[in-house]
Amino acid sequence: MKRLSVTVIGAGVAGLCCALELAECGARVDLVDRGHRLGDGSCSWQAGGMLAPWCERATTDPAVATLGALAIDWWARRFPGTVRNGSLVVAQPRDAADLARFARRTERFEVIGEERIAELEPDLAGRYRRALFFADEAHLDPRRALAGLVNGLARHGIAVRYGADLSPDAAPGDVVVDCRGFAARDALPDLRGVRGEMVVVRCPDVAFARPIRMLHPRIPLYVVPRGGGLFMIGATMIESERRGGASVRSTAELLNAAFALHPAFGEAEIVELGADLRPAFADNLPQVRREGRVLRANGLFRHGFLLAPALARKVAAAALDPTVSLEMTNADIPERRRA
Amino acid sequence: MLFYGVDLSSRLMLGTARYPSPAVLAEAIKASGAGVVTVSLRRESGSERAGQSFWSLVRSLGVRVLPNTAGCHSVKEAVTTAHMARELFDTTWIKLEVIGDSDTLHPDVFGLVEAARILSDDGFDVLPYTTEDLGVADRLVEAGCRVLMPWGAPIGSARGLNNIYGLRSLRAYFPDIPLVVDAGLGVPSHAAAAMELGYDAVLLNTAVAEAGDPVAMARAFALAVEAGRAAYLARPMEPRDMAMPSTPVIGKAALGD
Repeated sequence: MKRLSVTVIGAGVAGLCCALELAECGARVDLVDRGHRLGDGSCSWQAGGMLAPWCERATTDPAVATLGALAIDWWARRFPGTVRNGSLVVAQPRDAADLARFARRTERFEVIGEERIAELEPDLAGRYRRALFFADEAHLDPRRALAGLVNGLARHGIAVRYGADLSPDAAPGDVVVDCRGFAARDALPDLRGVRGEMVVVRCPDVAFARPIRMLHPRIPLYVVPRGGGLFMIGATMIESERRGGASVRSTAELLNAAFALHPAFGEAEIVELGADLRPAFADNLPQVRREGRVLRANGLFRHGFLLAPALARKVAAAALDPTVSLEMTNADIPERRRA
Repeated sequence: MLFYGVDLSSRLMLGTARYPSPAVLAEAIKASGAGVVTVSLRRESGSERAGQSFWSLVRSLGVRVLPNTAGCHSVKEAVTTAHMARELFDTTWIKLEVIGDSDTLHPDVFGLVEAARILSDDGFDVLPYTTEDLGVADRLVEAGCRVLMPWGAPIGSARGLNNIYGLRSLRAYFPDIPLVVDAGLGVPSHAAAAMELGYDAVLLNTAVAEAGDPVAMARAFALAVEAGRAAYLARPMEPRDMAMPSTPVIGKAALGD
């Protein structure tokens, strides 16, 4: 039997996950990207890399938690840099109500006190009386994780073809998977961009073993350790499609909040400021749509690394079987099939 | 109920921020029956029309859009934002916020009066977010405001009506100016209380957007606003110190003795 041939357009986290999932199912995959190197023009490059399905329950549809729960194993099997240390949520004493609200809206955490906080994160010792510990969550360095997927594809004999600006309709293959993210708005008019800004700092005076979220009524913040004294501080969420660099206001707010989390961040060196648009549909949930032989996989919003595995599994199933429902719910994430 | 000559059918006004998604926002607005929604302009980069996607979602709800100057800390910022809003939304209405302190989001009432005067002179219909202070309210009316929106409590605090006496005085002092309690409401009973004081409408955001089920909470607020308004029109009895039996005692047969 002839193997299914699939062209995947876009080598951000969605495209890479789809390509790998399809390759693992036995499809012949061609992965193209209009950028010139990994991460070029992709909002995945600016991601936080938190695999935090249960924390996300605080502000998102329950589907994010159910779809995202499978991401941790998915990444751990394919990228050894996946760190399963959980995540920690804290708030300044005056924002205690926000911690209570966060606890009310989320699940799979334990409320911990000073001693346990100091045990988990010695650098936060004495700074917070209470925290929420989500032991089952994980994190990764998005850039290294994307490179890990590229290596995984190489083991299937697949190399990303950079500098190839293919239109989905004109691309070859039995199936074309459109993973262009926000650039696919030409075909998905209901896609919108939600701007996000982030900062990377080097702060050798602080070490965290896991992402820390600090709740704040105006500037909710997370700090993700990247190793080697590097931290990613994110991220704003602005209903704007403005391109261009991080604004002074956003940067000041993020850095201020980091400084409030731990004063040592005041001495940190700013390594990078980033900004990009997250592609989202009106319900902020990802979708797979079919138009002839083209499958459009998009709308990962701020859950690129968390939801791309579920999206990829759905895409692979739909590529192999045109009768598969495209609905993205946990219940119908299909079992693996072979191409 | 006329706000700047516009007849509004619903006495509930909702904000559009902090919802889990625009889809939930749309459902909540529908469930609330709100006739006016506020949209923040400050951070949505109006100059490049970069917020267009979100704004068209809001416009597609088919309700009147009241742009606001949330997050503006100076007269100049607020005036610039108002101009941007007039152009983008094709409306002379502006919910004017000039914030004095970023932690309590307390209005800077001096800046507010100044900005209200500038904007009113420029043809705007200004709906100022203010405190319940009578002196400030007087100045705002003098500056051209024909609607006043005093806070119930600090924005997003869910504390309800902090100063009922002040809000009641304001109502008595301005019987002919439409008054809206804006900000600080947490649960529907707070909204009902504001309406029972004779306020013309309430404006809220976080209490709905951050509820566990925003759509159900929107509906609950709609019912409370309706109940509070009906109670006000029905002229509630005055509270008293001693009991008043609901069954008259006089004329009752004397037993015993």
